[in-house]
Amino acid sequence: MLAGMDSFQATIEADGRIEPRDAMPEGYRKTLIRQIAQHAHSEIIGMQPEGNWISRAPSLRRKAILMAKVQDEAGHGLYLYAAAETLGVDRADLLDLLHSGKQKYSSIFNYPTLTWADIGAIGWLVDGAAIVNQVPLCRCSYGPYARAMVRVCKEESFHQRQGFEILHTLCNGTEAQKAMAQDALNRWWWPSLMMFGPPDASSTHSEQSMAWGIKRHSNDELRQRFVDMTVPQADVLGIRVPDEGLTCDEETGHYSFTEPDFTELYEVVKGNGPCNQQRLAHRVKAHEDGAWVREAAAAYAEKQAAKAQGSAA
Amino acid sequence: MNDLFVYTLRLGDDALIAAQRTAEWIAAAPQLEEDVALGNIGLDQLGQARTLLQYAGQVEGAGRSEDDLAYFRDERDFLNVQLCELPNGDFAQSIARLLYFATYQHLLYEELRGCADETLAGVAGKAVKEVAYHVDHATQWVLRLGDGTEESHRRMQAGLDTMWPYTAELFTSDALVERLEVAVDPSTLHDEWERRVTQVIDESTCARPTSSYQHSGGREGRHTEHFGFLLAELQHVARSHPGASW
Repeated sequence: MLAGMDSFQATIEADGRIEPRDAMPEGYRKTLIRQIAQHAHSEIIGMQPEGNWISRAPSLRRKAILMAKVQDEAGHGLYLYAAAETLGVDRADLLDLLHSGKQKYSSIFNYPTLTWADIGAIGWLVDGAAIVNQVPLCRCSYGPYARAMVRVCKEESFHQRQGFEILHTLCNGTEAQKAMAQDALNRWWWPSLMMFGPPDASSTHSEQSMAWGIKRHSNDELRQRFVDMTVPQADVLGIRVPDEGLTCDEETGHYSFTEPDFTELYEVVKGNGPCNQQRLAHRVKAHEDGAWVREAAAAYAEKQAAKAQGSAA
Repeated sequence: MNDLFVYTLRLGDDALIAAQRTAEWIAAAPQLEEDVALGNIGLDQLGQARTLLQYAGQVEGAGRSEDDLAYFRDERDFLNVQLCELPNGDFAQSIARLLYFATYQHLLYEELRGCADETLAGVAGKAVKEVAYHVDHATQWVLRLGDGTEESHRRMQAGLDTMWPYTAELFTSDALVERLEVAVDPSTLHDEWERRVTQVIDESTCARPTSSYQHSGGREGRHTEHFGFLLAELQHVARSHPGASW
């Protein structure tokens, strides 16, 4: 039997899973808390741009699907916060870090959903990119996170299909609907490419995360995978990816594409995106408006416990 | 107009408009568990609405789909009770409405599942299980808020009081429900509803609302000023693209 850090290193080298009670380096724990919390925050902030269209969904069937999807995201948030809690932090504290701006969420949700087609584009592109990012996380070295991701990925793949289906219907609809779909692709393409993070050369956390088996592929590899997967789907839809430099290498089957303007990503991360303030303000308001409800629930539980104790005594 | 069509529309409109309001809580609830729970409840209500509106369209026989009925009727053609369309207010107010409405729906569906109309009986048989959960969820919250803190007690009482004057309409009988054999006469549900609701309110340490004035008009298509805005939001995309599929 290996003790402590030797055992940790041996597990990582054997591609095994680290579990909550196992010894782990402080840096590993901190990295995971940061990553899982940001992932959870992304799920719950991501409810807003899509929730924005529940009341206006153009058919009752679409309304039901969208409600179920946003509800799934709340569920993902719940079990990701639970996974983070296995590392010795509290959901309430993580939410405070989100609300005070000390922890981030995916920058993609700082873009607005302006038409119904954006709901299709989010499913197809944003959830599509999330899947490319997250499928490797099902093999992440930290057990609770890896297991949570298995379930999340199953649901995300359903979300991605429904997004594609929304766009497919629009692209086979009226001229106005098709134009709506193209406009959505134009606006969501570049932000989606940026979801994979900065280019490998300037990615700050990547190397250590790879060594620890938290990250399995580089940002640029994943971005390439996403482009290769998505461009043929755009062809099926009959809409055009807004990249004049896009070409397919017949030999390798890979697309070469124009790099997104990462200065925009850095600006949005800093807080200068179209919806940063709106998203955070909405979240903080929901939290503050709900404070009296949470306090009441706690007070009620205390009273009930006291009563139970009184009657037991 | 066909009595069965109008009756089914009443039930379907109640469920649809309730779902539209419930869904407004998603991404705005006091805690994440509640986003999930209210999402569930809204989905149940929407599911009931869809089946009922589909059936209404079928009964009418004019080729109208659930979406035609939901998106292409005007305010005065909607037959839901006003209780369902009122703005959510704070969490306590929404919970008060859910308690009143779900308790009514539960009693209604319990009766309706034995009716001679197979489709309505089928809808009711499925929905009765769903609304039993809605009643339970609302009850738990009325108890917690009523007997939680001073502030939550005050808010719960205000929520119960605000929604109360819209409850009598749920139980108003008329010539149509008397004529239509498969319909449940809602006036027969009132006493049991009041008994159940009063029991929850008593246990919550709140007081049963005393207002004697009761609003009405929804069943005749006379709604509150809030309703036009709700419909405008619900319908605008569909109406901007008439004839389009989604």
